[in-house]
Amino acid sequence: MHVPDGFLDATTSTGTAVVAAAGVALALRGARRELDERTAPMAGLTAAFVFAVQMMNFPVAFGTSGHLMGGALTAILVGPWTAVLCLTVVLMVQALVFADGGLTALGTNVTLIGLVAIAVGYGVFRALRAVLPATRTGLLTSAGVGAFLSVPAAALVFVLLFGLGGVADVALGSVGIAMVGVHLLIGLGEAVITVAVLGAVLTVRPDLVRGARHLQRARTLAPRPDLAGATAVDAR
Amino acid sequence: MTRTRTFVLIGVVVALLIAGVGSWYASSAPDGLEATAEEQGFGSTARDSAAAESPLADYAVAGIGDDRLSGGLAGVVGVLLVLALAGGLTLLVRRRPTEDATAPPADARQH
Repeated sequence: MHVPDGFLDATTSTGTAVVAAAGVALALRGARRELDERTAPMAGLTAAFVFAVQMMNFPVAFGTSGHLMGGALTAILVGPWTAVLCLTVVLMVQALVFADGGLTALGTNVTLIGLVAIAVGYGVFRALRAVLPATRTGLLTSAGVGAFLSVPAAALVFVLLFGLGGVADVALGSVGIAMVGVHLLIGLGEAVITVAVLGAVLTVRPDLVRGARHLQRARTLAPRPDLAGATAVDAR
Repeated sequence: MTRTRTFVLIGVVVALLIAGVGSWYASSAPDGLEATAEEQGFGSTARDSAAAESPLADYAVAGIGDDRLSGGLAGVVGVLLVLALAGGLTLLVRRRPTEDATAPPADARQH
């Protein structure tokens, strides 16, 4: 869902640019607490991975396709503030280098895919994580539901923006039903990809999943000496 | 347990394969927003981006006739660009505990 130039008027685009800039400024401060020597390379990798997977449009019904947004996945892997920075870099490269998503619409796209999808995806994940059992299944369920809901949520905010400053004079209700409907389907793909990627990382390096640190703590209550040695090497 | 550096390296190779090879097999059907815009009658209000003349516009390298090679190369360049920019930005933003630990105490430097 990369909004092109022209859909929204200049006032609305300026408004979303201000919102996006404020969000990125907050994220630059918040990410300091999330990033250290070990998580910074993970953030670069996650952004590059999301860029790659966003090229993989998958078919959904009615001759329509969708692709990963990656807000929930990135936030769970590297933390929500760092995720805002990662998604902003992805969207900027897509808009400036690949002409994917408009230039005047960059603020809109950062707001929708960077801020809304991350806030909803990560918010739902945290809320469910708090009530579900602290197990791998509980974590992946929370991640899947968060990822699923993040997509129609971003679509819904686009519809609200379209109501405020859409250039075309079309019925907002039917735009809303169509947008949210198709993005509920795309959200299913988002959930499948998010759960698959998180499941794979949890299998090989659970300590690199920031949103799974509560599982790590439970597991390291009785550390084994050989693992403690390996961790010391890793931490370099 | 894989070392972090090995993990990141494997991850980058996977991303390069997805963008460089896998993307050829992606669906070319319009995405959810494009399809909705066409169906609801506001698709025509989209304007070309000012970046439309970029040599990598629409995930194709200008001047390379082979679509598969052109798209794959564009994907590889994109992955490396995002990796460098996002990795560089997060390295700048991160906490630096080692800097404080290795630097001599402030008063030692003053004398």
